[in-house]
Amino acid sequence: MSTALQDRAALGPTSLTARRLPKWAPAAVAAVAIALGCAIGAGFGITSKLQWGLMAVILFVVGQYVLSTAVEGRRWAKDRLATSLVWSAFILAVIPLFGLIYYTIAQGIGYLNIDFLTHSMKGVLATDTNGGLYHALIGTLEQVGLATLMAAPVGIFTAIYLVEYQGGRLARAVTFFVDVMSGVPSIVAGLFVLSFWIILLGFSFSGFAGSIALAILMLPVVVRSTEEMLKLVPNSLREASLALGVPKWLTILRVVLPTALGGITTGLMLAVARITGETAPILLLVFGADAINANPFSGPQSSLPLFVYQQYALGTNASQSRAWAGALVLIAFVMILNLAARLIARWKAPKAGR
Amino acid sequence: MDTPNPTSPPETSGPPHHRPAGTTATAAGSAPKFKKRFALGDSLFFNASRGSGILLLVVMAAIAGFLIVRAVGALGQNHGNFLTTQAWTPDNTPPVFGIAVLLVDTLISAAIAMAIAVPIAIGIALFISHYAPRRVAQFFGYLVDLLAAVPSIVFGLWGALFLAPHMLGVNAWLNQYFGWTYIFRQTQPGSAPRTIFTVSIVLAIMILPIITAVSREVFRQVPPMHEEAALALGATRWEVIRTAVLPFGRAGVISAAMLGLGRALGETMAVAVVLSPSFVLSLHLTDPGGGTLAQNIASQFNEASSLGRDALIASGLVLFVITLLVNGAARIIIERRKDYSGASA
Repeated sequence: MSTALQDRAALGPTSLTARRLPKWAPAAVAAVAIALGCAIGAGFGITSKLQWGLMAVILFVVGQYVLSTAVEGRRWAKDRLATSLVWSAFILAVIPLFGLIYYTIAQGIGYLNIDFLTHSMKGVLATDTNGGLYHALIGTLEQVGLATLMAAPVGIFTAIYLVEYQGGRLARAVTFFVDVMSGVPSIVAGLFVLSFWIILLGFSFSGFAGSIALAILMLPVVVRSTEEMLKLVPNSLREASLALGVPKWLTILRVVLPTALGGITTGLMLAVARITGETAPILLLVFGADAINANPFSGPQSSLPLFVYQQYALGTNASQSRAWAGALVLIAFVMILNLAARLIARWKAPKAGR
Repeated sequence: MDTPNPTSPPETSGPPHHRPAGTTATAAGSAPKFKKRFALGDSLFFNASRGSGILLLVVMAAIAGFLIVRAVGALGQNHGNFLTTQAWTPDNTPPVFGIAVLLVDTLISAAIAMAIAVPIAIGIALFISHYAPRRVAQFFGYLVDLLAAVPSIVFGLWGALFLAPHMLGVNAWLNQYFGWTYIFRQTQPGSAPRTIFTVSIVLAIMILPIITAVSREVFRQVPPMHEEAALALGATRWEVIRTAVLPFGRAGVISAAMLGLGRALGETMAVAVVLSPSFVLSLHLTDPGGGTLAQNIASQFNEASSLGRDALIASGLVLFVITLLVNGAARIIIERRKDYSGASA
């Protein structure tokens, strides 16, 4: 009995649980690992800073594990190992993702000015340093707008059918194919519109052809998000309205839809943000133009992602700067849509007590 | 989406929709008029909803139908074996084209992208759901959602102009120390790194936010009781994750991975921008060349004749079928999980 107590006492003052590393240990190990990583990197003349960083990360993970095994035992060492692996996975992923945003801004900001936003590429050579993406901006806005006009009503009505009417076998089929449709690659949607609209019906390349493909890509996203939002509408609202003798369609139109409006708008904006960046169907169906073409129903147009691709493909320094600036405009466009959608979602979220 | 709402989903008590509208107003003198107007509105609304659902099915059927029709026409004129030919010359006489290279490289690049992205994505998802302080977690949650919306062409641009030059050293290093693995041996050392390997890394970075976003949601749904029970038994944080979080989230993570796989398989522009394509089947991943189904369509389309287009549509059909299979598998897994979590919630 006394031996057990003595054993405990031998473990030190924190013996109630187990011997633990002090709180500052991970920071200390990290500092040592970084110092060692830099020392080895500089000592062996490795130029890539990325390799310095990788060495530091590996040293940190291993050092932490060894130290912890020695002091705390196997189980806690494993816990520390998992923690450091999770942290390094996070840092490892954040570097390229932030790097992407940072690099795009750094490369694009120098070229971005009012002229770039208000001029087209008509008559601009690949090596010229003027020219802009006004034509692409118009093209994107029109194509995305048309796609939304097509996909939003169909998508919202489909969601109403799935949630409010619960049509049995047909509804199950629709649910299944909405999922299937959301997995259709954008290039396949482009090929479908190509074989149907352009090859079979004989229409020429136009912004509208592109917007059909975009609508197909947008549809499942709209259905999914609207469905989720309609399911959040409390049933008591529907019952109250029906009990007052309001017919079903008016109940949906005046009670259910307004309640879910915020969420539906958010879903729509996220869907718009998604299709704005689609390049492949635009490449197949709109074909790209250097001049301003404000009519989406005839003649080739351009669009922001297509502009980026074509300027990149030209391969000169000036055109690649234009590509970066275009990418920056595109990212800004998509991010603003996303942020606005989230703000609306937060602001209009159905309150629990309502 | 994550609004706290105590109401049950409407399927439990949804009112029957074929109830004749306006029957409660029979006492009023204008009842027949009311009835008529409401009945008209009701049937219009119902039919518009059902019509939209049917339209969606028709579009899906049309996608499959049109692709099959064009593809069959092209395959009839093909003088090579569509599945094993390593060439794409639909404009030669006789026309010869096959997807051997495209199919293999599509699968390889997606597989490597998954091998890189899935473990890291699970790590980030765990970081956000279980490791990071609450505020930090919320911030990074938003950030991951935003990054998931970055258009693929931007990833491609970054991959071609930033990542590819940096891959030169990596490829040389892999060639020197891992050349014996065959896949990392370079037949032309020092060649431009517009390779399947670079493409895979770009794809991995691209699908990372999507897999992370979905996995995070799943990890967040783990019942707190499971975690608390594990903690009460003296488990470390890692043991909590291994015994309570990961088993609960396994199906969700698999379906998230499938979602990412579908994206990686169908990705067009990021691949088209980064890769310098060729039609020689090579498993040396760090040699330039190769091509994927989607990339080939985008690259060949501008110069394609009418048979060339149909040949590309045939390869698009193959891509369509592959993504259908992947998504079908993901859906089955999600369905199973629904049953499981319904029983345990």
